[in-house]
Amino acid sequence: MNKTYRITDCSLFRLIVFVIVPLIILIRCAMQPTSYITGIVITMGIYIVLAASLNLINGFSGMFSMGHAAFMAIGAYIAAFFTLAPQVKENMTPGLPAWLINLQIPLAPALLIGGAAAALVALIVGFPVVRTKGHYLSVVTLALIVVVRAVIDNQGDITHGSRGLTGLPAKSTILSVYIAVVVTLFVLYRITHSDYGRGLIAMRDDPVAAQTLGINLVKKKISCFAISAFFAGIGGGLWGHYLTTISASNFYFSKSFDIVEMSIIGGMFSLSGSIPGAMFYTIVPEFLAPLESGFNLGGIRLPTMFGLSNIIMAVLLIVLIIFRGQGIMGTSEIILDTWFSKDTYLAPFRKEEYQRLAGVFRKKSS
Amino acid sequence: MLEIKDLVVRYGGISAVKGISLEIAEGETVALIGANGAGKSSMLHAVSGLIKTASGKITFDRHDITGIGADRIVSLGLVQVPEGRQIFTRLSVDENLRMGAYVNRDKADIERNRARVLDLFPILKERAKQSAGTLSGGEQQMLAIGRALMSSPKMLLLDEPSMGLSPIMTEEVFGVLRGLKDQGITVFVIEQNAYDALELADRAYIMETGTITLEGKSSDLIRDERVKAAYLGGDI
Repeated sequence: MNKTYRITDCSLFRLIVFVIVPLIILIRCAMQPTSYITGIVITMGIYIVLAASLNLINGFSGMFSMGHAAFMAIGAYIAAFFTLAPQVKENMTPGLPAWLINLQIPLAPALLIGGAAAALVALIVGFPVVRTKGHYLSVVTLALIVVVRAVIDNQGDITHGSRGLTGLPAKSTILSVYIAVVVTLFVLYRITHSDYGRGLIAMRDDPVAAQTLGINLVKKKISCFAISAFFAGIGGGLWGHYLTTISASNFYFSKSFDIVEMSIIGGMFSLSGSIPGAMFYTIVPEFLAPLESGFNLGGIRLPTMFGLSNIIMAVLLIVLIIFRGQGIMGTSEIILDTWFSKDTYLAPFRKEEYQRLAGVFRKKSS
Repeated sequence: MLEIKDLVVRYGGISAVKGISLEIAEGETVALIGANGAGKSSMLHAVSGLIKTASGKITFDRHDITGIGADRIVSLGLVQVPEGRQIFTRLSVDENLRMGAYVNRDKADIERNRARVLDLFPILKERAKQSAGTLSGGEQQMLAIGRALMSSPKMLLLDEPSMGLSPIMTEEVFGVLRGLKDQGITVFVIEQNAYDALELADRAYIMETGTITLEGKSSDLIRDERVKAAYLGGDI
């Protein structure tokens, strides 16, 4: 072989780094459900779902949507209607039909219904949206956020208006969130590796050539928009059941921009990119937050500066775009390739994997 | 097989194609020759459904295909090889070929076509795993043609296959087209390179500023004084 063997080619190494280590962290977090770190890890998982679903549309289909918050809001509210206790709904949302008020179902089906509702809305608004291109499409999707917020704020009987919904069961745990993460990533991974997904990439790279191959661009764009919205709805539902109190202001422009940012940081042309993107976006601010309350710099005591961490994040984002425009992962799918390949899990039972791993380290030290 | 009647294509107020009619029989190879801006590509794009027609009727294989959408036209077996070798540079050669079989769901059929295409273009076999962007211009054109053949088309539309290619590569591409012609595939080729196109085709149309000014057998046109003067550069 003329290609040098790199450590990332070693299945055993990938199993340890991408599966075992994260699993240990998740199990530790699951054992301390109320700890601060667990909260960060749960948020991270929800962001992975959201960023991955945004990558499907922004990275793979070539449309740049900024309307994720709208679909999150729909998913969160619809899921909440199904998980809230009947007596709570009688007070807050008397406008709902009686059968819905009396219905209370587990989180998983509620999330699916929320996702389906978001997808349905995406299908309906998809027709006008996909008639636009480039920046115009982004602006139209932003408008969608405004529309959804206006509806939520003004349909008080159903949504409790701008006071929002309270008392959602806190069912977004490490277990439920990370099951959603794996399922979402698996489904999206299969989609991008299917004929359908190759068609999406073809459409992104060269719409004219894609059409000459018999790809119906309108169908492709709308269906992709809906699939993305479905998982955004699920992410929104999880977010709602993590916060336990939601209002339309939780799902406004800034939330959309957050998701867009982490999608770009991680690499929007890669589904795997959603993972480092979400990690970066949840972990780095935690280290920056203490700086806001003032700190010592060479003997000078700096005053309290609110928003400092946002400024630093913004600078980091600009630096990243300048030096690595494709995001952390670029187009690599190494994490998901590892997760969803049988090879990874058989690696510990093959002797040559250990020899390879040892070989890599020997070369390093010599 | 393909019949175009009074086709008009407009961009805003400007007519690019001003009511042209032509007919191509099954198994024929026909060329459409014209200078830059004559409206050749507009006509072709209208036929394959990439742009809207202002008026006129296009019939393919007894189906009226006027304005039915590019994807359905491809499903009917009328496939365009787009101008300027629009291949997917980030996909591998093999993946590009598979994209060509997008409308085909039959796995065995896809494999058969793939074997046939690789047979026709041995160079693509050597480069199957390579990213398509690393191919030379001529190889990219071969890939674009091979990709179009993956859907077992009844008829191929080629938009300037010699564009941007060296004379040697042009010769090679036309060699391939001759091979397709011998296999009985109906070919409609649009070219500025009049000499090679006339050498290849059975019949040809000459297009100028949106209308067809001359038509006939290639062997006649190649000797026609007007064609010689305008497209072949004097005595050949």
